[in-house]
Amino acid sequence: MRNRLAIGVLLLLIAFPLAAKHWDQLFYVSFASRILIYALAASSLNLILGYGGMVSFGHAAFLGTGAYTVAILMDEGVSSAWVSWPLAFFVSALFALVIGAVSLRTRGVYFIMITLAFAQMAYYLFISLRAYGGEDGLNLATRSRVGFGLDLASDLTFYYVVLALAAACLYLMQRLLNARFGQVVQAIRDNETRMEAIGFPTYRYKLICFALAGGAAGLAGALLANQNGFVSPNLLQWTQSGTLMIMVILGGVGYLYGGVLGAVVFLVLEEALSAYTVHWQLGLGLALLAIVLYARQGLAGLLADAVAGRR
Amino acid sequence: MATLILEQTLNGLQFGLMLFLLAAGLTLVFGIMDLINLAHGSLYMIGAYLVAAVVRATGSFALAVLVAILGTAAIGILLEVTVLRRLYTRDHLSQVLATFALLLICNEVVRLVFGSQPVMLSMPNGLAGPVQLLPGFYYPAFRLAVIGVGLAVAVLLYLLVGRTRAGMWVRAGASNREMAAAMGIDVKLLFTAVFGVGAALCAVAGAMLGPILAVQVGMGESILILAFVVIVIGGIGSIRGALVGALLVGMVDTVGRAFVPTLLRSFLSPAVASGVGPALASIAIYVLMAAVLFWRPQGLFPARA
Repeated sequence: MRNRLAIGVLLLLIAFPLAAKHWDQLFYVSFASRILIYALAASSLNLILGYGGMVSFGHAAFLGTGAYTVAILMDEGVSSAWVSWPLAFFVSALFALVIGAVSLRTRGVYFIMITLAFAQMAYYLFISLRAYGGEDGLNLATRSRVGFGLDLASDLTFYYVVLALAAACLYLMQRLLNARFGQVVQAIRDNETRMEAIGFPTYRYKLICFALAGGAAGLAGALLANQNGFVSPNLLQWTQSGTLMIMVILGGVGYLYGGVLGAVVFLVLEEALSAYTVHWQLGLGLALLAIVLYARQGLAGLLADAVAGRR
Repeated sequence: MATLILEQTLNGLQFGLMLFLLAAGLTLVFGIMDLINLAHGSLYMIGAYLVAAVVRATGSFALAVLVAILGTAAIGILLEVTVLRRLYTRDHLSQVLATFALLLICNEVVRLVFGSQPVMLSMPNGLAGPVQLLPGFYYPAFRLAVIGVGLAVAVLLYLLVGRTRAGMWVRAGASNREMAAAMGIDVKLLFTAVFGVGAALCAVAGAMLGPILAVQVGMGESILILAFVVIVIGGIGSIRGALVGALLVGMVDTVGRAFVPTLLRSFLSPAVASGVGPALASIAIYVLMAAVLFWRPQGLFPARA
């Protein structure tokens, strides 16, 4: 049933920009691309946070690293998406591997703090790169080139590319979670001691999960760099990590579409509320507080409860 | 050169002591109530804004500090009773998110009341000039006052926590909360009181640092991270650890920012040195924290048995 719903939503997402173009509302296509990019980033965080039980407060670092990879490569003359986007994935995944190797030796609040520390280090590192804009950031000359006669400068084409990538990544995530690897990671989240006692190398599983999530966030960062045409160290600030966490919590930790739902609701709320008042963050804060206190499972949880209740 | 080193050392001492004020409250709350409070920086911001507002209204800095201390403590206690009390039994992720939400709310409320522009908070007139410490070496009187206040509060906290009955309850709670409750300590009241004291300390730090740094929305965030680094290095729940950690972080940060770029310039090109220098100085504290977490995760002076 859930898969049918997902396919329905996917068809809607495919049809939507054509309708938008018909009614001359192309701004919403660009907005939708942004939502999909953050949905991918939030889903990657959901993988380690919701399914892996690793509360990482430094996820923005991987987002930023991916974005900067694309920007720096473009600055050096490499603009092909086939080179820079996979490279963004791998550089972020490698970065995550290194950070994870050190951080995963800690638990609980210390893990939160140390991932935060590493993210801050990355933030200051990118500020110090004067050659690539430093604190002011770096502009991208053009969007990445994909070939096949497709021009990503067109918001419509870019949207479809983003949609394809995001859908593919979510599908892969679903397959991963249902495969042995994903089941082990979730079991580690539930009770790591038991899994160790059974004989699983829990550290290794968590590390690989962490690296994969970092890579996916890097890919989202690459897309974000293209979307904005601009990267800046602000992408790596800890408040950005907080925003990603809010999206995951809002959507529902540990639900497959939790990241997607959270990104959609967050960005739509931000857009809608900021049209009314510049103090929209107040509403966001109150909503987040309410969710944490009263609806721990997020929106996906509420929906799941509603569906289950109806049965 | 010697005066520069002396000046930077004093600056580091001053910054470290102010960090201690923030870290002390944070570590007590974390150590006793097991609560990660991201809104701690917001209390510091509220304290600074209250000082600025009262100074603008009455012109008296001393009165402003008093009002700020009482007001921030009141706001802190209100937050504790309404929201934070529900978080003690929750997991750290929920606490992080809920207090992050409080941080956003506080930022926006302050922005609503005071606007987005930084607020002017000038040093009190009596302390605005320089003081001659050594022949040829002048140091701002206000910063000396800040050091004085920081040391005084440190001594006061030491006496309070180490030499009074209430302090004994605090230490017992930090060491083992359940046992302390079992031994008959009124845990709820203790929690509220600890939080109130922590908020008051934030207000003092805000009052002292307000004239030196800018009083603006978001001033809490940058110093909050440093405070967390301090308590992780020092050991959660330990005031002594907070002091040592704060002095360490304050010194490394200030002296690092002052001297690492010059040091680098001696064997790197000026362009590279001016770019990498501040970054290295900023990273230094986090490297320190990562190292402590790796080799001695409980911190330098762990309070928990």
